[in-house]
Amino acid sequence: MTAIGQTAPAFELPDTAGQPHGLTGAPATVLVFTCNHCPYALAWHERMLGLARDYAERGVKVLAINANDAATHPRDSLEAMRERVEAGDLGDVPYRHDESQQVARDYDARTTPDVFILDADGRLRYRGALDADHGDPSLDAAWARAALDAILDGRDPETAETKPVGCSIKWRKG
Amino acid sequence: MPVDVELLFWDGCPSHPQARAELEAAMADLGLDPAQLVVTEVPTDDAASANGFVGSPTIRIDGVDVQPVDDPPALTCRVYRLRDGRFSPTPDPADVHDALARAFKDQPT
Repeated sequence: MTAIGQTAPAFELPDTAGQPHGLTGAPATVLVFTCNHCPYALAWHERMLGLARDYAERGVKVLAINANDAATHPRDSLEAMRERVEAGDLGDVPYRHDESQQVARDYDARTTPDVFILDADGRLRYRGALDADHGDPSLDAAWARAALDAILDGRDPETAETKPVGCSIKWRKG
Repeated sequence: MPVDVELLFWDGCPSHPQARAELEAAMADLGLDPAQLVVTEVPTDDAASANGFVGSPTIRIDGVDVQPVDDPPALTCRVYRLRDGRFSPTPDPADVHDALARAFKDQPT
């Protein structure tokens, strides 16, 4: 598990077209472990897209990662991911498939959604939820935005860790 | 005959305390005793199949799902749509209230 301030694990994961991508070297990178089937992930989804849109001009990259076991949750299959991307549900956010679940394990991701924000040096600067309540869109990913603002301004986020809330990551059995 | 109100949940999904609180509030608002609520944990795939449990939480009033869906039994979090179209891990409290009110109204006097 990566502690706040430590260098986060590097990785390379394919997008829904099968093209591999690694971390970007952006001034800040937001990793969101998410999925298709979970109501918490869906409830926060528009806020994730809004954050990606609003911080794109400052060079921030937002990456969505689905690590769930499609054998037990077919709605989280690569094909289902592809359908959402083709339908425009992900906007400009790349949707990456962690089929082996290794990246989720390396980051100790627990829920969908679970958010990790890295700085330009790849150090983990925030981990947790986008904001305090999946049911209140007016919160607008406030916790993640505050962390991003601090990182981009060269400050430490006032709150570096919050409790991720959502469906458990669906690990493979056995 | 009293209205049968049942909440089925899987503990792997964190939504059931909110669903229970909103359900009990709706029951109390309609003059039903929240103590009559039957709460059933669904802990295994076999139990999900046996109960026709399509996700957590599931609320049944007189055996009828408050938002019926055609999904297979599964230990998963259930996706609801609120009346304003937003996704939610729990049903719209107004839908629960209305379903209870209908069942209550249909009771023989």
